[in-house]
Amino acid sequence: MADWINTLLQGLLAGGLYALLAAGLSLSFGVMRIINIAHGDFAILAAYGAIFLVGSFGLNPVEAMIIIVPLMAGLGFALQRGILNRTLGSDVLRPLLVTFGFSIIIQNLLLQGFSADSQSLTAGSFGTASIPLGGDIAIGLMPLTVMATAVAVLAGMQWMFNHTMLGRAFRAAADDAEAVRLMGVNHRHIYAMAMGLAMAMVAIAGVFLALQTTIAPTDGPQHLLYAFEAVIIGGLGSLWGTLVGGVILGVAQAIGAKFNPGWGILAGHLCFLAVLVAKPSGLFPTTRDR
Amino acid sequence: MNLLEAENLTAFYGDFQALYGINLHLKEGEAVALIGSNGAGKSTFLRTITGLLPVGGGDIQFAGESLAKRSAHRIVARGVALVPEGRRLFPSLSVEENLRMGGYAKRKGPWNLQRVYNLFPILKEFAKRPGTALSGGQQQMVAIGRALMSNPRLLMCDELSLGLAPIVIRDIYAALPSIRAEGISMLIVEQDTGQALRVADRVYCFQEGRISLEGRPADLTREQISLAYFGV
Repeated sequence: MADWINTLLQGLLAGGLYALLAAGLSLSFGVMRIINIAHGDFAILAAYGAIFLVGSFGLNPVEAMIIIVPLMAGLGFALQRGILNRTLGSDVLRPLLVTFGFSIIIQNLLLQGFSADSQSLTAGSFGTASIPLGGDIAIGLMPLTVMATAVAVLAGMQWMFNHTMLGRAFRAAADDAEAVRLMGVNHRHIYAMAMGLAMAMVAIAGVFLALQTTIAPTDGPQHLLYAFEAVIIGGLGSLWGTLVGGVILGVAQAIGAKFNPGWGILAGHLCFLAVLVAKPSGLFPTTRDR
Repeated sequence: MNLLEAENLTAFYGDFQALYGINLHLKEGEAVALIGSNGAGKSTFLRTITGLLPVGGGDIQFAGESLAKRSAHRIVARGVALVPEGRRLFPSLSVEENLRMGGYAKRKGPWNLQRVYNLFPILKEFAKRPGTALSGGQQQMVAIGRALMSNPRLLMCDELSLGLAPIVIRDIYAALPSIRAEGISMLIVEQDTGQALRVADRVYCFQEGRISLEGRPADLTREQISLAYFGV
């Protein structure tokens, strides 16, 4: 019994990482209608950035994250402003192809710079510490921290969406990209801000990823897939839906892995398919078709 | 001095030419109506002024500056606001948030949330509701209020009466004089010619992308308007 509860808790907390990955994907799709194929690769890029900072300058992972997150946000802003804004228009294929190109470039740069060997960050004793809840049930401190961060980030995003001019501009741009320009909004700037925020979130996810598991330069697409699944399960355009989607995905994977260590990822995909069949618009859809 | 002046303005949708050498002016404080049938180029003209559609040829001057190469958000910042056809409220924003979006450019002036609520008191009751949950007339009030929130020098209204009941149209048009009293100039596109002639100082009639008639409502005969409107 305790075994199962531990499994469920593990899966539940794994959802935090998926939510962090998914929230950025959801934001860039919601505001710009860009499906960022390189989303997972940017997470891996951020992770390697942190590994580099820790290895070369002796920083701890938290310090590395504090440096990496704004750098990735800046990169996102610049890429949107300099390249992706030019791809927007009636053809949805163009941004798709360009981000696919980013994905290939990032993977190959990382292979060149860091080799194909798997690497990870170590969090020392914190990485393995857990809080005993009695009766052989325990919660890992690391997954708990990731989940708490995810909730804090999503809450911050929610607050920003509802209470700031920038947040209103994001929502308005998602509603009607042309009418928002009539309000005096420079939509190119707003898009770049959204991509910057999406990249900040993906950078947090990437550093946590390297703390929890080993990463390799070509891991990006796999994480893009998890992020996609979390977004679709939760419902496109729903911020908290991504958290629920991430948790459902995490729990499904944990349960699958409990039966057979090789079944975890499969169980996640099957759960995703089941949601797609039963409720194609996800559990908490807010995005309207247009 | 002319606040707005279009000189030989042309505009295109792809290969299709929608405007042919429009010459039009509007003095500070004036209300000018653009009438004409569907597809005559009135809305295209407004879209060209806002920068949503590029100027194909000729020029548009606003307060002595050319708008031809400016992007839409900079034109709003100079004091041009559009109440778009179909209102185009943001569905995921509340009434109040829609109005606040109008103030995004932060132009200085008399208009703020309170002033808009004074003009359309019903909106205050519905402030927290989604803009699109309101009736058509109330949505039009939000769209006008949203445009006023940018404290424009020129307010352009595209088809205010479209799809609204006559009594609602009367209420909407009743608000226009108090907006003009603030010194705001107006450019009104309207298919309801009677309504347009009542509020406007001058009228331009558009026909197939050209101006077919210009004058003061009192000076124009029904036959002249009908000829300019339909071309028969």
